[in-house]
Amino acid sequence: MTTLQINGQTRTVQSEPDTPLLWLLRGELQLTGTKYGCGMALCGACTVHVDGEPVRGCVTPIAGLEKKSITTIEGLAGKEADAVRAAWLQVDVAQCGYCQSGQIMAAVALLKKTPSPSEAEIDQAMQGHLCRCGTYPRIRSAIRAAARALKA
Amino acid sequence: MKRRHFFLGSLAAAGALTVGWGLLPVRQRLQTSSPLPVRPGQVAFNGWVKISADGSVSVVMPKSEMGQGVHTGLAMVLADELDADWPRVRIEPAPVDKIYNNLATVVDSLPFHPDNDASLKRVAGWLTAKTMREVGVMMTGGSSSMKDLWLPMRQAGASARAMLVAAAAQAWKVPASEITVKAGVLSHASGNTAGFGELADAAAKQAVPGDVKLKEPAQFTLIGKPLPRLESAAKGIGMGTAGFGLDVLQPGQLYASVVMCPTLGGYVGSFDGSEAAKVAGVKKVIGVSARAGGTAGVAVVASSPWAAMKAVKLVKVVWDEAGPASSFNSDAALTQLAKTLDTETGFGFYSTGDVEAALKDAAKTLSAEYSAPWLAHMTMEPQNCTVQFKDGRATVWAPTQVPGLARSEVAQVLGIAADQVDVRVTLLGGGFGRRLEVDFIGQAAAIAKAVSAETGGAPVQTFWSREQDTQHDFYRPAAVSRFTAGFSAKNELMAWRNVSAGQAIVPQVLQRVFGLPAGLVKGSPDKTASEGAFDQPYEWPAARIAHQAVDLPVPVGFWRAVGHSHQAFFKESFVDEAANAAGQDPLAFRAALLQKHPRHLAVLQKAAQMAGWGTPSPNAPDGAKTARGMALHQSFGSIVAQVAEVSLAADKTIRVHRVFCAVDCGTPVNPNLIRQQMESGIVFGLSAALYGRIDIRQGRVQQGNFHDQPMLRFADCPAIATEIIASSAHPEGVGEPGTPPIAPAVANALFALSGQRLRSLPLKLA
Repeated sequence: MTTLQINGQTRTVQSEPDTPLLWLLRGELQLTGTKYGCGMALCGACTVHVDGEPVRGCVTPIAGLEKKSITTIEGLAGKEADAVRAAWLQVDVAQCGYCQSGQIMAAVALLKKTPSPSEAEIDQAMQGHLCRCGTYPRIRSAIRAAARALKA
Repeated sequence: MKRRHFFLGSLAAAGALTVGWGLLPVRQRLQTSSPLPVRPGQVAFNGWVKISADGSVSVVMPKSEMGQGVHTGLAMVLADELDADWPRVRIEPAPVDKIYNNLATVVDSLPFHPDNDASLKRVAGWLTAKTMREVGVMMTGGSSSMKDLWLPMRQAGASARAMLVAAAAQAWKVPASEITVKAGVLSHASGNTAGFGELADAAAKQAVPGDVKLKEPAQFTLIGKPLPRLESAAKGIGMGTAGFGLDVLQPGQLYASVVMCPTLGGYVGSFDGSEAAKVAGVKKVIGVSARAGGTAGVAVVASSPWAAMKAVKLVKVVWDEAGPASSFNSDAALTQLAKTLDTETGFGFYSTGDVEAALKDAAKTLSAEYSAPWLAHMTMEPQNCTVQFKDGRATVWAPTQVPGLARSEVAQVLGIAADQVDVRVTLLGGGFGRRLEVDFIGQAAAIAKAVSAETGGAPVQTFWSREQDTQHDFYRPAAVSRFTAGFSAKNELMAWRNVSAGQAIVPQVLQRVFGLPAGLVKGSPDKTASEGAFDQPYEWPAARIAHQAVDLPVPVGFWRAVGHSHQAFFKESFVDEAANAAGQDPLAFRAALLQKHPRHLAVLQKAAQMAGWGTPSPNAPDGAKTARGMALHQSFGSIVAQVAEVSLAADKTIRVHRVFCAVDCGTPVNPNLIRQQMESGIVFGLSAALYGRIDIRQGRVQQGNFHDQPMLRFADCPAIATEIIASSAHPEGVGEPGTPPIAPAVANALFALSGQRLRSLPLKLA
């Protein structure tokens, strides 16, 4: 049994300690907002926040996470999250939507750390996130729009 | 070769009815054969719209949403004619029914040139539509949804509106013609007013009008507006509540992870699941046969997805790799395709004049050979399907583009009648044509059946890893194409000869999805193999454009833009080569071949103007020189031109900075969605152009994940500008047309930049 802090709640889980966080979330905890895309940390769809940092759930076993604060897309909150979600709808970023949880987790982490990111900083934060539908240009616009809204 | 006209000739004999393809009488696609299910307080007006007592409007949606925006676009169309309150419009899935069969895409698969306006084409189109309405399939694909349902959705909305008006006229004892409808509210000068919800019951009892008047474009209130996606909030984008196939969570659900034979079409010789069975949560280890063109494998059914994934790796399998593909090598096959063109002249899909004579008379000729590899779909959401088989009935949750076929496949596997299978279509995490197949659906049904008895009919979600998905796809076929152009002494283009070679998709699909015998389907020309080559607007003085279908043991399927995806690269690159040989600017050279095609020329000129064609190309941010390349291509009824601005890094990495795109897709229903689809098509096509290749050795696909089959990443994505040409013509498709032009536009830019002509994909400079 492993005890974890997820979205502000203490959860004691039965899954084996070697279970990747992604599969704990999607399986035992039935939190399916975090997605499976590759299983090799190449696509970013499984991104969650661990102590505020974006982390790939597909390659992170739950064993090492007991003292950490884990946030998933379902629990994402705060002014950066609000600004990003609003910008995402305003720019109409999503197409199929499958990769977008991971994209949003990365964008929010970026803006929390770097409220006025440069193009290079946006590139670096988002480069690890794949989108087969091609929403990249709108993601870029939405991040800029969210940054502007946060400054206002 | 007279076979081409056998089928069409018999159609012509049936009569010269010259109705446009889409104009089946209203009533033929209005009502379902069984009443639609409704919730308490909700009434169905016809097969396309239900209205609730609270005034909410549900558009009955037979098309799958895979990011292309059809749920929003089609809902707008119906809601506009209905004069509904847009914020109160929602989507409900349609059941399987004939009225939802896709007519447009089958009509468009007939091998006619778009310029062909002869009555034979119209008769064939009308009869095909009529036939497909009876025996066709529900299908989302071929960039056909808006085209297919533009009129039916409008007619359904207008019909329901007329019934609401009739109910109000009756209740208020006023003439119907004096009643106005706006944003879900009916009113009359007398002061009477009522919302849709109040009148729905009475309205549904009115006679369905035999004839409805549709709005003039000037009366549209929603159509033409860049409305945000209806389903974004419902999709829970940003909230994590969107429901893709992989997100299905049913009470008592089990999970199945599958490993299939690494050799395409191979078998399981034997397997030992004893180690796998020791993993906590594992219920059963089973063999699964190939279904619908897939490959056999072993599956582990477990109580959690991780247990299933972990355990399946522990199954010891001895593969029987003696399938038809076991000695297949893709490199050798490409050589074989090229050799085929030494002797075969293919099936002529288009010819005009006497191309051989014109080539003999030419002052100079230019020849080139092009090639493109097999490609995988790699939808972001891997293949999956959840099936519950209990008490002789089945419920299926699937991200599918073909719900009726999914239903038949499951019914067959389970040995029950199709009407005992309830298919629920989820959101699709990408489609691109992969979800037209039902291999993973049949597999999931077989697995659910295998554990049904001992689990009391538990729902089982079968899901594939990324590697299994990449290695068990239905690939975009590889192709080789040879061109010869002939020029007069004055450098005018006189002759255009093109023969391509590659696998035909449709015969494989007819066999594996529809179960037709191989002997019946072989030999009938598959238009999708040559589309993009023969069906383009250029006014060749003399031409023959043909395709030689070659049988190879690679499972092939519909990939975004299908034949256009490689034929456009071949054709638009060679057009540029011809322009260069003739000493002409690529724009001027194309314009001279479009003198009777002002619509196409306008699109090309718009893209050129957007890009500043003819002015110096600005340097890249790091100071590197850039150059521009253009491409014009018609597909799925739409005309798209793109200009790409490209530079090279010091290590010769290709960088695309900006793409200018112009599109004429007929009446633009939602400009925002159209722009999104152009962006989407461009990024998808650019990924393929720069990185796409599937290698097969001894029948085994070598690529597996995003490290060995990369795609375009965020920082490398060009800025994309799109202009939509104003039009009041019938809407055409936008899901795929953005993809074909990007590879040749980039290749043409690379030639302008470096002098290197790249004739194979993916693009790589020497």
